[in-house]
Amino acid sequence: MALLKDGRPHADEYTDVSAGTTADVLNSTAGPVIVSLQQWQTHRDELLRRGTHLGIVLRSDEKPDALSSDLEHFAVIALDFPTFRDGRAYSSARVLRQRYGYAGELRAVGDVLLEQLHFMHRVGFNSFLLESDNVVAEWETAASDISVWYQPTGDGRPTAIQQRHAAG
Amino acid sequence: MYRYDEFDSTLVRERVEQFRRQVARRLSGELTEDQFKPLRLMNGLYLQLHAYMLRINIPYGVLSSRQMRTLAHVARTYDRGYGHFTTRQNIQYNWIQLQQVPDALADLAAAEMHGIQSSGNCIRNVTADQYAGVAADEIDDPRVYCEIIRQWSTLHPEFSFLPRKFKIAVTAAPTDRAAVQVHDIGLRMHRNPDGEPGFEVVVGGGQGRTPFIGQTIREWLEPADLLSYLEAILRVYNQDGRRDNMYKSRIKILVHQIGADEFRRRVEAEWAEIRDTALQLPAAEIERIRAHFRGPDFATLSDASDLLEQQALANPGFGAWLKANMAPHRVAGYAIANISLKSLDAPPGDMTAAQMDAVADLADTYSNGEIRVNHRQNLVLPSVAQRDLLPLYERLVELKLATANIGHVSDIIACPGLDYCSLANARSIPIARQINERFQDLDRVHEIGEVTINISGCMNACGHHHVGNIGILGVDKRGEEYYQFTLGGSSGADAALGDRTGPGFSAAEAAPAVEKILQTYLAVRHEGERFLDTYRRVGMQPFKEALYGAA
Amino acid sequence: MPKIVIANTLADGFVAFMREDGTWSPDIGHGAQAATEADAERLLERALQAAAANIVIDPYLIEVAPASADADSDRPRPLEYREYIRAFGPSVAIPT
Repeated sequence: MALLKDGRPHADEYTDVSAGTTADVLNSTAGPVIVSLQQWQTHRDELLRRGTHLGIVLRSDEKPDALSSDLEHFAVIALDFPTFRDGRAYSSARVLRQRYGYAGELRAVGDVLLEQLHFMHRVGFNSFLLESDNVVAEWETAASDISVWYQPTGDGRPTAIQQRHAAG
Repeated sequence: MYRYDEFDSTLVRERVEQFRRQVARRLSGELTEDQFKPLRLMNGLYLQLHAYMLRINIPYGVLSSRQMRTLAHVARTYDRGYGHFTTRQNIQYNWIQLQQVPDALADLAAAEMHGIQSSGNCIRNVTADQYAGVAADEIDDPRVYCEIIRQWSTLHPEFSFLPRKFKIAVTAAPTDRAAVQVHDIGLRMHRNPDGEPGFEVVVGGGQGRTPFIGQTIREWLEPADLLSYLEAILRVYNQDGRRDNMYKSRIKILVHQIGADEFRRRVEAEWAEIRDTALQLPAAEIERIRAHFRGPDFATLSDASDLLEQQALANPGFGAWLKANMAPHRVAGYAIANISLKSLDAPPGDMTAAQMDAVADLADTYSNGEIRVNHRQNLVLPSVAQRDLLPLYERLVELKLATANIGHVSDIIACPGLDYCSLANARSIPIARQINERFQDLDRVHEIGEVTINISGCMNACGHHHVGNIGILGVDKRGEEYYQFTLGGSSGADAALGDRTGPGFSAAEAAPAVEKILQTYLAVRHEGERFLDTYRRVGMQPFKEALYGAA
Repeated sequence: MPKIVIANTLADGFVAFMREDGTWSPDIGHGAQAATEADAERLLERALQAAAANIVIDPYLIEVAPASADADSDRPRPLEYREYIRAFGPSVAIPT
């Protein structure tokens, strides 16, 4: 697996312990960890006492509203795609960015395919865990295929409507 | 009509080139079929019983003569010389070759057409009243809002992997010609008590194996809020719609399970968060798009009823065609002319390349270069001067396109069925043909009057059987084709799902069953009463007795 | 009843039947017929290799009635109606 962040390969300093047991999580001597929503809700204080950066992964049936008042504690929020067909995380990403103002790393994990990177980036993901040895080339293709955007998604890209009616 | 600007054409062109690269990767073996399938589906390319099938959107059913010629060109150059117009205002090519699809799409893109999102679990081609912009009874032009929805839904990054496909239909007339109550979202424009036009929002309608009539979740929506409200509905559906069972994943199931009130509450809560954002439609954009649909400049003509009456007396065939195929135009001296694609010469909705070219010429000569496609698989020339109707008719006769049966018994909707479709359980086209053969006497057809017969070859209901006055569903019964009948369905403003008559019929018994149903209707109807109204008055019993004998 | 492998060729998408030599023909009359289960499995195995090699899509076995002099067809006829339509085309005339 390779991590692509902000268009570049990136060393992943996080250990994903979200599938582990309570003991695994609390005894982990690794640095920053990514935990599950349930681990966070049951071990919040212990996790905060670890003193490292924290990440959390939301399964596709877990809505970001559960984190709305905790966002300051997370440097990474990972949203899981159990299959590329499960598109719930696209909505979660927009809610995190646009409604809750989350500004940290938003990471796509799971069944993340080249063809979806552009859509993911448009809804607010800025990092991707990919099964590929050529992430940069794939990213460049995915990001440059289409250069017209009809929907305002809060990603900073000007929409066709905005460009049509721009002053001047 | 709407013309692409640089943004629209760039997107479609880029999409063609993206797909060209994907096809090359598939042909070289770099992509497996499993990886390629979702990519081709997102561009409207299926694999059917005999070959690949390419589905091209005709947004809200509007075609220019130039676009029609391009459709003919694609049929001739890349397919076997014909195309099939569907119940979703699309066209399908049945014999397209994968290696040629990128070139076909590039030719279509040059004429401002594409197959983007004509398949897949995303927002499909938005459909509309085929008389939009010219109907005498409409309060605004729905095409303006359809085009806004078309652009907003194209490559929407949040809503391209929904639980299931998603269909939006729009009407702006009290007579519902777009079947809005059986769509995932139906938008019906009307005026609020202050006289301002806005949308009633209906959600959760649909056909398929679990049909529902949609429910109104908002009585009136300001047009400027259209996209934020749609986005709120789609977000609730994307997050809360079922994904564990594909037969329960349409929005209708969600609305049914949580109830319309709870669904409305969730949508309104979501909408409150996003209403005052960049999704607000700028008045300048609505005006920009509206300007495309302004015109043509109609001549000042007087009503030509007297002339038409004389012509009809001299030419009874023309008279019958006028009676069945015309609709009132909003401008005096003009008419809306329907072209039936329901003769015995071809399967319902099928048209040869030569006919397409000829209709394009007729549109240029008689209808400002404009053509419409409706959800009953027929075409429309939207603005014909009444005095031109006779020469138009004479030309249509030569083209075998002058069947005078719109809205009548032989104007049958039929999906491609088992003759083409890999999902089908039974054939539809031969049943339509057998019924059509029995109703070749136009006097008898007109004596029976208004009735819709809709045939689907499987539960997916592409042939809209649930909402046919007479609905016919093909099923497989131990390796044999059987046909179940429903009565009393309607897709109009009085939308209703049909009731099952009882056990099904074999292929040989299907057309005789239609005959028995209609004979019963003729025997019990009141003067001037439509089939649907008779059924609603007398109920199933007399029809059941005719079909199965007295109990 | 004997079995024949049916599939669609990748590049053009048309229905095809596997010949004895592993190549593909649009004509069901050219399809290799397996008389036994073991033969059928061998045919399918070979067809799946052709799918993996991106020559055809979705190959599978169909049962056929052998061609016979007294039948109206000189070709093997698939027993299932769906496969019959795949082999011989739509049952309705193509518009011309």
